[in-house]
Amino acid sequence: MKSLAELQAIKSRMKDKVVLRDGMEGIRVVVGMATCGIAAGARPVLNAFVEGVNKEGLEDKVSVTQTGCIGICQYEPVVEVFEAGKEKTTYVKMNPEKAQEVIEKHLKGGQVIGEYTIGAISA
Amino acid sequence: MIRSQVLICGGTGCTSSGSQQIQDAFEVEIQKNDLQDEIKLVRTGCFGLCELGPVVIVYPDGTFYSRVSVDDVEEIVSEHLLKGRRVERLVYDDHGKAEADEFGNIALNDTTFYKTQNRVVLRNCGVINPEDIDEYIAMDGYAALGKVLTEMTPEEVIQEVTDSGLRGRGGGGFPTGRKWALCAPNKADQKYVVCNADEGDPGAFMDRSVLEGDPHSVIEAMAICGYACGCTKGYVYVRAEYPIAVKRLTIAIEQAREYGLLGKNIFDSGFDFDLEIRLGAGAFVCGEETALMTSIEGNRGEPRPRPPFPAVKGLFGKPTVENNVETFANIPQIILRGADWFASMGTEKSKGTKVFALGGKINHTGLVEIPMGTTLEHIIYEIGGGIPNGKKFKAAQTGGPSGGCIPASLIDTEVDYDNLTAIGCMMGSGGLIVMDEDNCMVDMAKFFLDFTVDESCGKCTPCRVGTKRLLELLDKITSGKGTMEDIDRVEDLCNYIKTNSLCGLGQTAPNPVLATLKFFRDEYIAHVKDKKCPAGVCKDLLTFTIDRDKCIGCGLCSRNCPVDAIEQTDYVAPKHKRPSYRIDAEKCIKCGACMSNCKFKAISKQ
Repeated sequence: MKSLAELQAIKSRMKDKVVLRDGMEGIRVVVGMATCGIAAGARPVLNAFVEGVNKEGLEDKVSVTQTGCIGICQYEPVVEVFEAGKEKTTYVKMNPEKAQEVIEKHLKGGQVIGEYTIGAISA
Repeated sequence: MIRSQVLICGGTGCTSSGSQQIQDAFEVEIQKNDLQDEIKLVRTGCFGLCELGPVVIVYPDGTFYSRVSVDDVEEIVSEHLLKGRRVERLVYDDHGKAEADEFGNIALNDTTFYKTQNRVVLRNCGVINPEDIDEYIAMDGYAALGKVLTEMTPEEVIQEVTDSGLRGRGGGGFPTGRKWALCAPNKADQKYVVCNADEGDPGAFMDRSVLEGDPHSVIEAMAICGYACGCTKGYVYVRAEYPIAVKRLTIAIEQAREYGLLGKNIFDSGFDFDLEIRLGAGAFVCGEETALMTSIEGNRGEPRPRPPFPAVKGLFGKPTVENNVETFANIPQIILRGADWFASMGTEKSKGTKVFALGGKINHTGLVEIPMGTTLEHIIYEIGGGIPNGKKFKAAQTGGPSGGCIPASLIDTEVDYDNLTAIGCMMGSGGLIVMDEDNCMVDMAKFFLDFTVDESCGKCTPCRVGTKRLLELLDKITSGKGTMEDIDRVEDLCNYIKTNSLCGLGQTAPNPVLATLKFFRDEYIAHVKDKKCPAGVCKDLLTFTIDRDKCIGCGLCSRNCPVDAIEQTDYVAPKHKRPSYRIDAEKCIKCGACMSNCKFKAISKQ
């Protein structure tokens, strides 16, 4: 080790890998991963979120976790977005492409994509 | 891309309850479910809640599973990792005391065990993989060494440590900054840094947990110390009975060498430093600093008189700084966060935090780190979860064979170096053994004395012969043959050993006896005058009797008696059909088997 810069480089490379253990703050994306969700394709959605959040450098702000059956199996894959002080957003019938869009518009831009939410479908 | 991490405790506690097998099972199950690209397994150091081990934590949600068995792994993987449903029956609920978040999760830091702890030394234990230097670096590891080598002079480093108020955590409480300042000016062709990891107190495992959970923090601190005091070589003296600690420390030293964080010209500063491990063979006296150095030199581990102090003439006759593991583990944080930050924790004369190994009659056996000045009551009842089975707290033993005890009447004592010394106790390295009403204090003193008699190196007479005679006197008292004069002789002998022994081992050996004499003299008197052991521990003073009116004559006691000391009588109690039993006191060996087998509470001991 010849310089502090080298140390810093290792630190920033590794930070992503331990940040998961810092506990949850900020935005929380929860993917329904019960049997119904998995059968409807929730795993690619979950992985799309994890990768997308990381690629966009949002991992300090956004955590991606999974949950069990939310109870609206016909709308799976279901993704819920929790933000402190805001109402929960429930996205339904998700796929990796839609996940990309949610990351882009909602997680980065703060704009809820109305047409993918449960309100748009059940209305 | 990793979406979830499973942390498995790899401390000695959890390893002995099977955490390695659990890790293996996780690997198999994760492969089976094709999750290896999504889930990462991390084996960490001790989480602290050893009572609930093996411990498994799943992130990012932070679900805390306790007492996991190999059979539970399949369910955790298929339910939690695959489907996102927590396995509720394994989730630690903190007896309903902690508040769950909106998802029903209890964060580790919100449980009563962790909430009021302040983790400085243990900050990485249970968080990082100790066998991966990169994870340590991600947690600001080696940044303190970098800062010291590139921005600070050795004098500034010593000043910072002095200002922090850090005192030796091995038990003596000598100011660390002053120790360094004493060694720094001494000129020699070679000077040494030694880390004392010969943790020998029965019931203490703080240092082991630090070495197992965060070995790099000790390595980094030793290099910092080397720079500050002008030493280029270091030794870690660790007990051979700590195989996991030795293994992780060896790996850590190799990784640090690979990265050039040990070796020549570290951070291009011209500073060289390297480390070696020396294994101790388990002699308690080798925890004493001069004996430890003698042992590193390859000689029989015996202490030598001071002065000359190690700072002048230590290892191989060269100036040497010696600190304990926990002391070192504080150093990187002090450098990074500043002396003021460290000095803001604790009491006036004892700064920072202290790690305690909680054991004995307590619900949450484990490892806790609290700010100095926390009351004993808080440690036992809040963090420790109180005494099992609703028993009454009697005393806490601190400092192992060199320490004393804090009686229930002083439970509001704020734990720091000076308060404990003031009541005739000592901080010690951090073992804290809780005792309830079923513990006999004379027996406890005898236990520790028995230990020191075994461990006395034999070099000086007061310790070698004195402790042996002292033990014989205690034996006499606990077997009911003692006289009141014996109690006075015990006290005299204690004071003699204390003032005349060569090293710390002998000088502190009578402490458990003196402290119990001070706070529990009535128990000694009860053994001598009434020939009774109030707690019902000392066998020679016990008699087991059967209440013939309660005895239904089932004969279970008689069948379980190993020496056939229980026989049936002619007496049939009213309301019962069969004749009662009685114990022949002549034959009885006081094993208690009859009492624990009696379902009708008809047998009592006195």
